[in-house]
Amino acid sequence: MSYEADIREPLIIGKKSLHDISEDIARPIETNPNKWWWALFGTSVLAMLWGFGCIFYTIGTGVGVWGLNNTIGWAWDITNFVWWVGIGHAGTLISAVLLLFRQKWRLSINRSAEAMTIFAVVQAGLFPLIHMGRIWVGYWVFPLPNQYGPLWVNFNSPLLWDVFAISTYFSVSLVFWYMGLIPDFALIRDRAIKPVMKKVYTILSFGWSGTAKHWQRHEVMSLVLAGLCTPLVLSVHTIVSMDFATSVIPGWHTTIFPPYFVAGAIFSGFAMVQTLLLVMRKVVNMESYITLQHIEMMNIIIMVTGSIVGIAYITELFMAWYSGVEYEQYAFLNRATGPYWWSYWAMMTCNVISPQLMWIKSLRRNIVFTFILSIFVNIGMWFERFVIIVTSLHRDYLPSSWSMFSPTFVDIGIYIGTIGFFMVLFLLYSRTFPVIAQAELKTILKSSSDTYKKEKK
Amino acid sequence: MYKFTRNTKIICICMMLFGIISLVYGFISANKNQYSDLEIRQAVKQMYNEYKSDKKKYNDDVSQSVKSKDASYDNHSGSESNEYEYASLFKKIENKFGCKLDYDKKKNAHGLEDIIYVTQHYFHVKKQRPWSSLFLSNIFFLMISLAALVWLAVQYISQSGWSVYLLRIPQAISSFLPIGGVVMVFLIITSALHWHYTFHWMDEALTYEFVDEASLDTEYPKYSHEMSEGMIDNSKFDKIITGKTSYLNIPFYLIRTFIYLLGWCIAAFLLRKFSLKEDIEGGLKWHNRMFTLSAIFIVFAAITTSTGAWDWIMSIDTHWFSTLFGWYSFASFFVSACAVIAIITIYLKYNDYLPEVNENHMHDFGRYLLAFSIFWTYTWFSQYLLIWYANIPEEVTYYVIRFEHYHILIIIALILNFVNPMLLIQDRAAKRLKGQVLFVAILILIGHYIDVYVMIMPGTVGTHWHIGLVEIGTFIGYIGLFTYVVLSSLSRVPLVQKNHPLILESKHHHI
Repeated sequence: MSYEADIREPLIIGKKSLHDISEDIARPIETNPNKWWWALFGTSVLAMLWGFGCIFYTIGTGVGVWGLNNTIGWAWDITNFVWWVGIGHAGTLISAVLLLFRQKWRLSINRSAEAMTIFAVVQAGLFPLIHMGRIWVGYWVFPLPNQYGPLWVNFNSPLLWDVFAISTYFSVSLVFWYMGLIPDFALIRDRAIKPVMKKVYTILSFGWSGTAKHWQRHEVMSLVLAGLCTPLVLSVHTIVSMDFATSVIPGWHTTIFPPYFVAGAIFSGFAMVQTLLLVMRKVVNMESYITLQHIEMMNIIIMVTGSIVGIAYITELFMAWYSGVEYEQYAFLNRATGPYWWSYWAMMTCNVISPQLMWIKSLRRNIVFTFILSIFVNIGMWFERFVIIVTSLHRDYLPSSWSMFSPTFVDIGIYIGTIGFFMVLFLLYSRTFPVIAQAELKTILKSSSDTYKKEKK
Repeated sequence: MYKFTRNTKIICICMMLFGIISLVYGFISANKNQYSDLEIRQAVKQMYNEYKSDKKKYNDDVSQSVKSKDASYDNHSGSESNEYEYASLFKKIENKFGCKLDYDKKKNAHGLEDIIYVTQHYFHVKKQRPWSSLFLSNIFFLMISLAALVWLAVQYISQSGWSVYLLRIPQAISSFLPIGGVVMVFLIITSALHWHYTFHWMDEALTYEFVDEASLDTEYPKYSHEMSEGMIDNSKFDKIITGKTSYLNIPFYLIRTFIYLLGWCIAAFLLRKFSLKEDIEGGLKWHNRMFTLSAIFIVFAAITTSTGAWDWIMSIDTHWFSTLFGWYSFASFFVSACAVIAIITIYLKYNDYLPEVNENHMHDFGRYLLAFSIFWTYTWFSQYLLIWYANIPEEVTYYVIRFEHYHILIIIALILNFVNPMLLIQDRAAKRLKGQVLFVAILILIGHYIDVYVMIMPGTVGTHWHIGLVEIGTFIGYIGLFTYVVLSSLSRVPLVQKNHPLILESKHHHI
């Protein structure tokens, strides 16, 4: 076991034994939710149903029911898609990249972050599907052999790369997440008293018996999947950024897009993790495991990635001027001062200025402030995509084609609906799944818990 | 304490001497058979006039021959290889000056001023060669020493435990910053004085719309923004560069250079000073100060590495722009710095220093090298793919010259910087062998020297690139200088920060 210096803060606080961890993590599953949970769940279901209604209306009638026009052929649909994909980046970053960096604090948050990732990618995946118009031929996005002659997908299109990137990301994340869940499901199975529950968790835990051989296979598998996940953290948003950057639209075509989108995705992903976990740790009593130290660490990541995004914004702005290309210069001037100036400044305030407050240690460790800031970042990152997409499109090369975008009730309904759907999935998860990777967390009890550190002194 | 032995010193000094000799040789051969701009102008002008009158005579003859229906003239003119305008004139110029002009430039020349420019350009490029190789080696090692300092600061702000035994090494590397900085300032000032042509935009002639026709044949032509008597359009006027003058002008450029260098040197000095204080006093006071200073320095470096790369490297290809360039070039310098830190650590290990550093630390070096090599490839590919895909003339010229004339170097760089670490230190066991890590690190360092070469040379020496005695000699000389500075700095202080609060984590590092 590796040595840990005294100056490192404990990651598990309170007097906790191995058994206490099992108890704490099984409790939300073994007890019934309170009325607040039901209220939130009910609201989310309603939002989800409204969203589903709007989706069916869109599919039945056609994408004309959205607020799109000839100039702005992409708006809320792709904005929401990129927003959700971005949010779905924190989980793999925590599980794979922080694993590589040997960050022990990832252990209490990785399970929920990965769950959130998967649920967010589900929402993201909805948008390209409904955007197709004819969803029943959706399988045409795959390069399938067919009998229509030389009819084939366009391998040069970043939209096709998206299909591969996101489906790979989703499947690897899902398998990685599930791999980690197996020993924890087995714990729930072994504790279960109710026969139905016992049956369900028996199936879910794949006959896990906790033998040395099982553990060895599990560890090897986890390492392989972590290795696969690491490049995926970068590749997904890189390819999403190429949807825009390979074009020649001023404001879209810029080389910084791939790494800057990745940084933005991690930024928004961590903000969503904060939003969810700050509530969850309170509701299911996980304050001993998701401590202020964890919150501070996530805030530092938000601050760093927010600053990277800020540098990228300013780089783009400067290069637009430096390039001497009139169209580039206009595109950026128009972003900041044109009819959509408010969305640009909303983005700047939420994404660049407000995370700088995290330099102050007392604010980093303030739960209420962190929660408010995480909401700010979520809003800011939605506006970032809106700025990139709508403001770049609404001024065409031909002034006669200049136009504005206004969302219809269907646009709004689908967006609200995905938030509802996401919340439904997360709320169900938080009462039926072990929300902390207990098997892994137990491995650091002897090195990083409060009790152990005090004993050592 | 590390002892900088006499033998090592002698090797370093020999390398430096070799560097100086090659550079001096480079300067001498570059200035041999040189012609001044004015000489070229006068000679070319004369030849142009002769050519014009010949051509007139020739055209008259042709029109006569058409009348007399004599076909022999046609055959004669066919042998004169008129594949582009002024082909025969250029042949004469090449014979007279003993030079070989660029085909593309010859083809695109229209009129006297262009022909003069093309000819002068050849001699500028010839003169430029030793300057470019000095600039290249200097910026490479300057930025490596900065990146090593960033590496050190990252260890502090991320509170890394594993690397504590190694922290004196990046500190010693950063002691090269002042020397690299002084040479950098020297190169910028000499470029502003037109001793060499590294920064094309420093030529005042580019930013004026008009020129006094009579003064063109003198050494200092009179340029002006206003049209007046005797003025003609300035054929050198460059609208794009003129648009950039509020950023790219010599005073502001020098101020920026001073700010970057001063900021980096102060950070390097203070980080070293604090760590030495910590050695004596112990406690957390100096550790916490270093943490704060590292955070401030990282912010400063995050901005200045980008702007520095735009100023010092991207502005060589003045028309071209790429938002990713700052991050891409820093990726190159950062992975090179990781390689240098690994090489020095392994060198110390081979000389029986640092007994606590073992294969676990090598493993982490291997991961650093592998991860940042992949990151470099990622930024390289992102920039390349997007520019290739969009294929807009403003941007794509950058890669056109590189892929036409430098493709062999690009391929070598990609093999050394990507394929090499991917294959050789992917495996866990390989990462833990210090010989293997050393081998890969040296290849990576060479690969990134080539990568930086491809960033700098096309904009300064164009298609006339060489990797000969001058380039290799200067590089070896710089290795000698850099090693001398770093090792002598390392030998002056204890090799390990003994009061670092995380030192036991590094001692018991196990993965």
